[in-house]
Order: sequence, then structure tokens, then C-alpha cells
Amino acid sequence: MKKHISPALRLTGVMLVLLSVVYPLLVAGFARFTPGGGAGETVIANGKVVGFARIGQSFRDDRYFNTRPSAVGYNAAGSGGSNKGPSNPEYLKQVQARIDTFLVHNPDIRRADIPVELVTASGSGLDPDLSPGAAKIQVARIARVRGISVDRLNTLVDAHTESPLFGLFGPARVNVLKLNVALDAL
Amino acid sequence: MNTELIGVAVTYLATLLLAIPLAQLMAACFRDKPEPNSRPAMGFMAPLERLIYRIAGIDPDRPMNWKENLVALLTINALWFVYAFFMLLFQDKLPLNPDGNPAMTPDLAFNTAISFMVNCDLQHYAGETGLTYLTQLGVINFLMFVSAATGIAALMLMVRAFRPERTELSGNFYVYFTRAITRILLPGSLILAFFLTLNGVPASFDGEGQFASIEGDTVHVSRGPAAAVIAIKHLGTNGGGYFGANSAHPLENPTYGTNMVELMAQVLLPIALLLAFGYLINRRRFIWVVFGVMTTGFLLLVIPTLMTEYSGSPALANLGLAQPTGAMEGKEVRFGPLSSAYWSIATTAISTGSVNSMHDSSMPLSGAFQLLGMMTNAFYGGCGVGFLNYFYYLIIAVFIAGLMVGRTPELFGRKVEAREIKIASLVALLSTLLIKGGTALAAWLVVQHPEVVGPLVSVHDASNASHADHYHGFTQMLYEFTSANANNGSGFEGLNDNTLFWNVATGFVLLLGRFIPIIGPLTVAGLLANKKYVPATSGTLPTDTATFGLMTLAVILIITALSFFPVLVLGPLAEYFTPR
Repeated sequence: MKKHISPALRLTGVMLVLLSVVYPLLVAGFARFTPGGGAGETVIANGKVVGFARIGQSFRDDRYFNTRPSAVGYNAAGSGGSNKGPSNPEYLKQVQARIDTFLVHNPDIRRADIPVELVTASGSGLDPDLSPGAAKIQVARIARVRGISVDRLNTLVDAHTESPLFGLFGPARVNVLKLNVALDAL
Repeated sequence: MNTELIGVAVTYLATLLLAIPLAQLMAACFRDKPEPNSRPAMGFMAPLERLIYRIAGIDPDRPMNWKENLVALLTINALWFVYAFFMLLFQDKLPLNPDGNPAMTPDLAFNTAISFMVNCDLQHYAGETGLTYLTQLGVINFLMFVSAATGIAALMLMVRAFRPERTELSGNFYVYFTRAITRILLPGSLILAFFLTLNGVPASFDGEGQFASIEGDTVHVSRGPAAAVIAIKHLGTNGGGYFGANSAHPLENPTYGTNMVELMAQVLLPIALLLAFGYLINRRRFIWVVFGVMTTGFLLLVIPTLMTEYSGSPALANLGLAQPTGAMEGKEVRFGPLSSAYWSIATTAISTGSVNSMHDSSMPLSGAFQLLGMMTNAFYGGCGVGFLNYFYYLIIAVFIAGLMVGRTPELFGRKVEAREIKIASLVALLSTLLIKGGTALAAWLVVQHPEVVGPLVSVHDASNASHADHYHGFTQMLYEFTSANANNGSGFEGLNDNTLFWNVATGFVLLLGRFIPIIGPLTVAGLLANKKYVPATSGTLPTDTATFGLMTLAVILIITALSFFPVLVLGPLAEYFTPR
């Protein structure tokens, strides 16, 4: 035991320099040359930073494409899901309330057609995306409130739909912040 | 075909294809003497290694016996624990804390230091507010490297026990440990971290970002040197999130592309290490049989979980939702339910414990499969320790098969006798004791002394709670102990786990669940290595056939079922069968 203490101490010291100083500095140095410079890509509208591209933000107004419910209220100083079990009665009441609210704001939509992500909370509480279907289902409402044609809005959603990776892997999605910035610019 | 399904299938197959060349590279890295006419792999790291040995005062050419190696391993681990504990305890007074985060309480620091030292990464805090940049890099990131390297070194020590010659001396822990870092983990993590930063993962030392949102909220965004930590978190099967939401967080895992790469990175080393082990002991057929057993078990867990999550939540169907896209509570749109389901099994079988969806909100059956992944803990398994866990199933399988056909049980030309069987059985039984004993204690306390455990979130309002809630609350406690014992680190995060009870109880389970399964198999291997080598004859039970593979799979399934079926019935299965 004793004769292993000195090598253990010295090995720990040299590994600390290598792994906790040199390695992260190399990564941070490389990140300077990436989009966003390693500090997170921002989205700019009218010369002002209105958000981070990857971080979802709360959109509840009828004039905007709404984002998903969030267990942390889109507060990006933290993160997390609801962590409610699938049969938790409190949770089911909450989903029921979200369905009712959605139907009030979107009266033309049938209950069975509501995309499930619009009434369930994401894992991070900061989900920046919607599926194209969940964006399009809100088009009728936004067209009514803003007085823009449905066709124009559908084209806008299509233009902001990111197809699966290489057209092959994973779901298609729409970044809601970018979509809403473009919506304001219409 | 569905792009989500293709994404999952390609992720898995690409991992296997990458693992084979990586296994050859790793085998070459860890040979004591390079094969004739070939240069040592990653030899350009040799000068750096010589420098490290010189500073640390290590003689790399001095072999040690298995006991000395174990002492070296345990001593340096104890040192890391002390270092990490005090760093976390005083992090608020140390530099690099731009967000002004507080120190950890002693019980939380105890739990966190152990948790990361043992490669588990159970987290009873959230990274945004629970750590500083200094402790993220100096404690978390550091322990992620060295705990993975410890696992790899332990496996490499085991290799030396299976050479044909009888040998007291079996390699040098320090050398394998150092090479695991310089030749595998550090270069791999650098490449991975560069890739992550290119895709938007932060890597800077600026504090929180801030902006006014379009709807007028002022939002703070936590960030920091995340990419470096996230790379080793996956490569080393650690799994501790930089952010609270782990790889569900859009800055920790921004795109489907990073999701695929992070998934591959965590499954890659366990498979490559297994194959490298086979190359090093020169028994390729044997190791492919082991691989076949593990793959069968892995797919048996993956496929039903994919189906369960894809068919959506029955409770939400009752509310009139159609759910053509599957269950979405606790899941991210950019990953979808299939990739989330696959990740939840990969991370529990491999002992990473990172999550890209919240397991607490998975369907009850998926929860059962996640638990089974951790209970067996040998379908590929963690960095290096996956095969060590498989090893005790193997010893028991050899013993039972030997009894069935009336031959002396043998493994790799050494007789397996009472002492080895006893150790293997005790290690197998220990996990049962820790998981079920811990859960039983917690369940008793919840009823008798709820103030000790802290409130169970799912049943905090008992008058309101249904039966399903109670089953779910039981599953949360079961999951916490299973995760701690398997050194996994994921959790049913609805559990209110930052309390004295959970911090201390899981802290001890973590320690036992890590070091006993390292000490046990290494001791057995050490004992076997000291025995006379008996060359294989027609009377030897072959361990490299499909029949023996099936036998091992049966042993794994039977031990797991006997040990854990009752608790699974009380938790996830009861919840699943509760009428709604």
C-alpha cells in the first residue's frame, strides 16, 4: 500500500494537467473557429439577439407557432423533463387541460389530430423543435389571427423544415424560433 | 421505410463495423511486446508516456503480481475519492465559478465523488447549478477519464491470467492505465469533442448567456466548457450529464447527427474491448461466441422497447389522442421515440447512464427492460468491466455444464474448482442483495419513517395516489438502487434523490457494486493463472461452441429471473397490468 502512494499522487498530478487543463483548452481553442465560437449560436432579428438557435423558447401567443409544454418553463439556466410516470393521475389531468386549451385556441382541429408533442413536455424542457405536422396544425389559427393566407404559411413551414439527416436518418423537424422570426418578417 | 427506424438500425450496425478495426488497434496498443515485424499501435504517444512514467516514478518494465496490481488500483482510486470530495465541498471558494454556484453539502459531495470515481455518474444535482467550471473539468471530466481507464486496465490485467504458461506476474496496472488514456481515450475524446463543437455544443469559459425572447422574457442560458466533458462522458461509458437534462439537452446533443455519434461512441469501446480481449488471449472463436450471446441479449431488450415506445401511451390514447408519432412525454422532437427507446436500452445495458429522454416517463414495460439491462449488466457492459461481469456468469456456466456432462469444469486449460465457484457465486449474489436489500430498506422507510427518505414525488399526496402511482414509486426506488449497483447512473428522476438517505445509501452501493465485481473476477483469474495448464483434449468441455453460448445465455437469464422477477412484478409489471 505505502509504496503505491507516491506513484499514485504523482500520476494523478500529471494526469490532472493533461486531462483537466491541456485537453479542455485544446477543445476550447478549436471551438473558436466553429459557428458561434463555442459559446452557442445565436439568432438575430432586427439587429437584436432574440435567442439561441438550439435553445427552445416559450411561444404561447396565438400570433406565433407555439412551442411544446416545458417542465422548466423554458428557463435555460436549468433543464429537465416532467419526470411524471405514464399513469400518474396528476399528469393525465395536466395533459387533459392542455388538450382543452389547444382546442379552444384551434377550434377547427379534431381532438384525435392533435400532435402528441404539443401536449407533452420534452425531456430537456428546452426542445427547440416541432415536427412539421405539429407546426402545420397551427397554420389555420395563425392565418386567422394575422390575416395571412394559409398557403403562404404552409410554404413558410415547408421552407423551414429540416429533412432527416442525409434524407435517411431520424425525424424531420422545424426550428420554431427561426420559423417565428421568419413569420414576423413576412 | 421509416427514417427513424433506419436511423437506429444504421447507428447499431455502424457501431459494430467501427468496433472491429478499433478492437485490432486496441489489441495492438496493449501487447507487452509488439508482434514481430510490426510497430506498436499509436507508437507516437510513447514519448509522452515515458514522460508520464518519469514524473510519476513508475518503472513500466516491472511486472507485478495480481495482488500488487489490485493494491495499486485501489490505492489510486482512494486518492481520487479524497481529492474529488474536497474539491466539491469547497468549489464555491475556488476560481472558475462565473455563475456563482454554491458548494455541495457533505453527503452530496460524498455521493458525487464516489459516483464519478466508480464510472457510474449517478447525479443527485443538476450540472447548471450544482458544479462550477473548475469542478466540471477538474473533478467530473478528470474522473470520467481515469475511471474508464481503470476499467480498461482491469480487463487488461485479466488478459495476462489466461496465457498458457503458469505465471505469477501479470503486467503492470500503471502501464495499462496510462496507455488507455494516451492511446485510446484522449485521442478519441479529442476527435469526438471537435465534432461536437462543430455541431453547436459549447466549449468556452464565458458564463451564462442572456437574451430577451421574442415574447419578452429575459432568459439566461447556462453553458461553458461542455464539449470536452460530453466527449469522454460517452467514450468512457460514464454518462454523467454536463447539463441536468443530460443528452436530452439541446446544447449537449444538438442534432440527430450528434445523437447518432454519441450513441455510437458509448457502445463502441465496450464491444471493441471485448473483441480486443479475444485477440489478446488468442481465442477468437470463443470471443465471437461471447459476442453472439451478448448481442442476442441486447436485441432481446432493444426490440420490445422500440415497439412499446412506438405504439405510444395507452393512457393518452384514452384521452382521445391518436399518437401516430409514438410516446413523446420526456422525449425530444429531433430524436423521436425510436432513437430515444434505443438509447434507453443502450445506455442501461452498457452502463453509460446518459439519457436522451427521461426514463421516468417511459412506458412501464420499457422501464422493465431498462431495469433488466442494468440487472444483467453484461450485454456488452461498461468500459472494460462488461467482460468482468460476464466472467462470473461464465464461471458458473462452466461449472453447471461440467456437472451436467460429468467432466471436470475447465476454463482456458485451467481447472475451475470450489474456491473460484464460491467467489463467482458470491459476486453474482451480491448484486441481488444490494439491489433488493436497498429497495426493501427504502420501501420500509417510506412507509414507517418518510422523513428519513424524503417525499416520494409520485405519491406525495397519498389520498390522491392510485395503485399505479404506488407501483411507479416502487419502481423509482428500485431503479435508483439498480442503477447504483450496476454503476449505470441513469435514474427515474422523479425520485427526490438529493437527501441524506439516498446520497449515503447509494454511495455505499456504488462502491461495492464497482469494486467487488473488479476484485472478484481478478481474484478468480489470479487463482486460475497459478494453476497448472492442462492442454485441451477430447475430454475437455469446449467453451467456444454455439451450444456453450446458449448455455451461458440460459445461465444469465435464469440467474436474472430468479433474482429479480419478484421485484419487477411489484414495480413495472404491476403498473403495466393495472387497469385504467
